[in-house]
Amino acid sequence: MWSPKNTSLACLLGLVLGAFVASAEVKVGAPFPELATFSLEGSLPPHEGRVVLIDFWATWCAPCKASFPFYSALQTELAPLGFTLIAVSVDKKAAPFDEFIKRFAPAFATVRDSGQKMVAAIQPPAMPTCYLLDRHGVLRLMHSGFHGDADGQKLRAEIIKLIEEK
Amino acid sequence: MKPSVLILPSILVACACAGGCSTTKLVRVQPWERATLADYTMRSDRDPLHTAMSEHIYFSREASSGGRGVGGSGCGCN
Repeated sequence: MWSPKNTSLACLLGLVLGAFVASAEVKVGAPFPELATFSLEGSLPPHEGRVVLIDFWATWCAPCKASFPFYSALQTELAPLGFTLIAVSVDKKAAPFDEFIKRFAPAFATVRDSGQKMVAAIQPPAMPTCYLLDRHGVLRLMHSGFHGDADGQKLRAEIIKLIEEK
Repeated sequence: MKPSVLILPSILVACACAGGCSTTKLVRVQPWERATLADYTMRSDRDPLHTAMSEHIYFSREASSGGRGVGGSGCGCN
């Protein structure tokens, strides 16, 4: 028989489940969701078995713009060693994105999460935020913001460490 | 219904409400949703004339000696 006590327990269970769902973000050490499942605009480069850096950025984000020259150099340097950088734009409008890509001509792949479904699922804490995955697609490092060369060198060291892992 | 029966549900509802207040995700504009906020038109100093007028008013108000910058009497006449 349904009692007030059962109602209370159901409420408590609902609260616990609700809190769990609300905090369903990606965790370091866990597999990163497959990019192909998010209907991103643009073509994804082959990244199976490679060290991958996924960078969330936007055209209206100044630190994101500052990171582009460094990321281009990183891609050019480390791509032959098994590294792929994929930049995921969260711009809803295509025009600023297209103009930005035309102007900066990055050396890495750029796709657009126009519906912001992927970014809402991953929930990066700031713009830009990058996620470093090992060759098995496991998230090994998350880094928020871009503060110039110091951040860049730290990322580069972590990427090289993962490339050398067997 | 006994009043004591309502105590536990009341506590749970109160906890849920308090938890909602403490969870920033419920009301926060997410980092990827700030395109409009980052727009140039959202800057308070986008119009030099408006900025100059605001500075002048701030300088003159309440006889604020010095205002934001150099010294003055607060008459707004300099």
